[in-house]
Amino acid sequence: MSDAVLATIDRTPEPGMGVFNKKLGMWVFLLSEVMFFTSLIGSYIILRYAHPDHFAAPGELLNVNLTAANTFLLICSSVSMVKAFAAIQQGDLKGLQRWLLVTILMGTAFVSVQAYEYIMLSHEGFLPGLADYTAHAGGPLYGATFYVMTGFHGAHVSLGVLALIFVYIRALRGEYTVADHEGVEVIGLYWHFVDLVWIILFTIVYLI
Amino acid sequence: MSSAIPVGDSHSEDHHDLGFIRTYIFSTDHKMIAKQFLVTSLLFLALGGMLAAMIRWQLGFPGQPLPFNLGAILPDTMAPGGIILPEFYNSLVTMHATFMVFFALMPLMAGVFGNLLIPLQIGADDMAFPRINMLSFWITPVAGAIMLASFFVEGGAAGAGWTSYAPLSTSGEWTGVYLGQILWLVSLIVLGFSSITGALNYVTTVIAMRAPGMTWFRIPLATWSLFVTAWLLLLAIPILTGGLILLLLDQTIGTAFFRPEGSGEPLMWQHIFWFFGHPEVYILILPAMGFVSEVIANRSRKPVFGYHSMVVAIVAIAFLGWVVWGHHMFQSGMNPFLGMSFMATTVVIAVPSAIKTFNWIGTLWKGDIHFDTPLLHAVSFVALFVIGGLSGIFLASAPVDIYLHDTYFIVAHLHYVLVGGSLFGIFAGITFWYPKMFGRMMNETLGKLHWGVSFIAYNLAFFPMHNLGVQGMMRRIYDPNQYEFLQSLQSTNTFISKSVFVFVSVQVLFAINFFWSMRKGKKAGDNPWDSNGLEWACPSPPPHGNFAEIPIVHRGPYEYSYPGREQDFWPQNEAPVESFGASTKPEHKPGE
Repeated sequence: MSDAVLATIDRTPEPGMGVFNKKLGMWVFLLSEVMFFTSLIGSYIILRYAHPDHFAAPGELLNVNLTAANTFLLICSSVSMVKAFAAIQQGDLKGLQRWLLVTILMGTAFVSVQAYEYIMLSHEGFLPGLADYTAHAGGPLYGATFYVMTGFHGAHVSLGVLALIFVYIRALRGEYTVADHEGVEVIGLYWHFVDLVWIILFTIVYLI
Repeated sequence: MSSAIPVGDSHSEDHHDLGFIRTYIFSTDHKMIAKQFLVTSLLFLALGGMLAAMIRWQLGFPGQPLPFNLGAILPDTMAPGGIILPEFYNSLVTMHATFMVFFALMPLMAGVFGNLLIPLQIGADDMAFPRINMLSFWITPVAGAIMLASFFVEGGAAGAGWTSYAPLSTSGEWTGVYLGQILWLVSLIVLGFSSITGALNYVTTVIAMRAPGMTWFRIPLATWSLFVTAWLLLLAIPILTGGLILLLLDQTIGTAFFRPEGSGEPLMWQHIFWFFGHPEVYILILPAMGFVSEVIANRSRKPVFGYHSMVVAIVAIAFLGWVVWGHHMFQSGMNPFLGMSFMATTVVIAVPSAIKTFNWIGTLWKGDIHFDTPLLHAVSFVALFVIGGLSGIFLASAPVDIYLHDTYFIVAHLHYVLVGGSLFGIFAGITFWYPKMFGRMMNETLGKLHWGVSFIAYNLAFFPMHNLGVQGMMRRIYDPNQYEFLQSLQSTNTFISKSVFVFVSVQVLFAINFFWSMRKGKKAGDNPWDSNGLEWACPSPPPHGNFAEIPIVHRGPYEYSYPGREQDFWPQNEAPVESFGASTKPEHKPGE
């Protein structure tokens, strides 16, 4: 084939979604996470509609004020995650490190408050198992659904904190630049997703 | 006359020798992962077949000791004196279905062909995330080991059926199985990660890594069906995982999600399970439809009839698959009004399915048909899928299902779809792409013999089951002779069992052919079937990185017997001669 023909051949790869592969992969993964939380939240909705007597009124058993403060903390950690990403987009490695650390600390604080809440509730006899059930506001389904939903969310936050620590170590080594900071963006997506799930959980478990 | 672009040395780092462990065990190469999936899932298929043979022994020859002195091998908790115990029979039906669905058919379709075909057919050098891909494979043997271990624990393996309906599955009080059921749950939760990581790879790869010119409507149908299947896996498996976790908590820490004694809802398990379960049904059939479309077009030397309608039908089936789950539950106590709407949505699925069937027939029509093993398997798929689809319409209509629910009619139906459909489709796929995987052809005589005996024995085994079901024989019954009205069916049951033994035994021919051809088969060459897809534009087996040069795609995948061409095929990457002055990626002409 002559050079003239070669020159006319369109060599651009087919357009995907216009994002890099890891970001697309994270979006796709988060869709499966949506379905996972849907199964847990859906079961909660079904059980709550079927047995309203098993579920206490808002604030009767759960400490709404404490959790509201905790929710605020998690939302703030999403903001600091955005700040971290914005910093490295400007090439500000120090800013990235600082805001990542803030995010890690707030994420850790969220999980710690949740652990404290679990300990307090278990002392009041609020437990997931049927055999452990002692009289408290609501019935045994209340504890089971509460611990499953908030527990799996807490596990997701904890994994997110671990991933953020990994990214933080890489940031301390200076491995992110203006041109290459895919890892920060991908973990950021995950972090915002976990935040979003919590806002839904806080609403349906604590407020409604 | 190659239109491909030299990539230079961008892959040269891949070409160094990786050593045995990185090449054969912890490989990140999608083709090696496909082969790993192939070998493990064929082993699980064999295991599932042996469990089926034991089930059929009990039904064909109830109360008689197992042949070949198997009773001496099995412990007294399973088959004292070689006679299968009812509890062990429950484990057999449960584990047969579990291994076949989760460890044989799913990995054979998504694991083997998703890995092998997707990067090759779209012209990519590997998956988007090769290490996640490796993880996806290595989870499978771990989950399989947990599942196998459950046979050896006290109480035996899970016995609540593969659907594990609550409350039967929530406590060992009902089945006598304690740890076995927990291991069953843990194994499937672990296996879910394999499906999700695999699916996330397939979706990303197809969206983001297509070669220049590989527009959406130039993607071969095998990849299209695997892409849609990946979406189903991605969205359905997490639902199952969620349900399994709740059931596991009921079993272990004593929650009451599905236990009525704690106000739990057993029916909710059925909803969760079938909300996953019906997309799962299409996960098990859509890839086979894709393989069959490729084989039929290639072996009839004709373009696929209605390529666009084929794609639309795949997407439509996958979409409708989400809104039909209630047809498994007509008899569950669900609101009958809900049953009616589920009946309507289910019957609608017949439309895209029929479109596909007529398109396959239209493709074969007046084609230059080459009757070799892949085509025979593919045409068997079409025939048997139609029978399975039609019996599905019976079960989809609530009034008929009330009569046929949980009888052998459903066993016949699901085996027509999953063995006659999926398994014959998989055989079509394996025999067709074997030369690409191993560089050698499979033996044609052995292949035809395997197909012929399989096809006959299969139909003799499963067709009479429709009759058993209509006469009232229950789906998971240990010994039908306990009911007087079923005693007259014993001769049919014995006949079915003998046919199943023939069907299972003849698979040895396939195994011999598979391993013999790997070493002794005829050398295949790059393109033994004169096919158009990009997978045939690279060597057999393809090297690490697949393509020496990034291929450029100029046309759809099914340009067979194009008028005016000397060759009766037209590879997707062959440059058009008259490309002077114009871009070779012109405005896209559908179905060109």
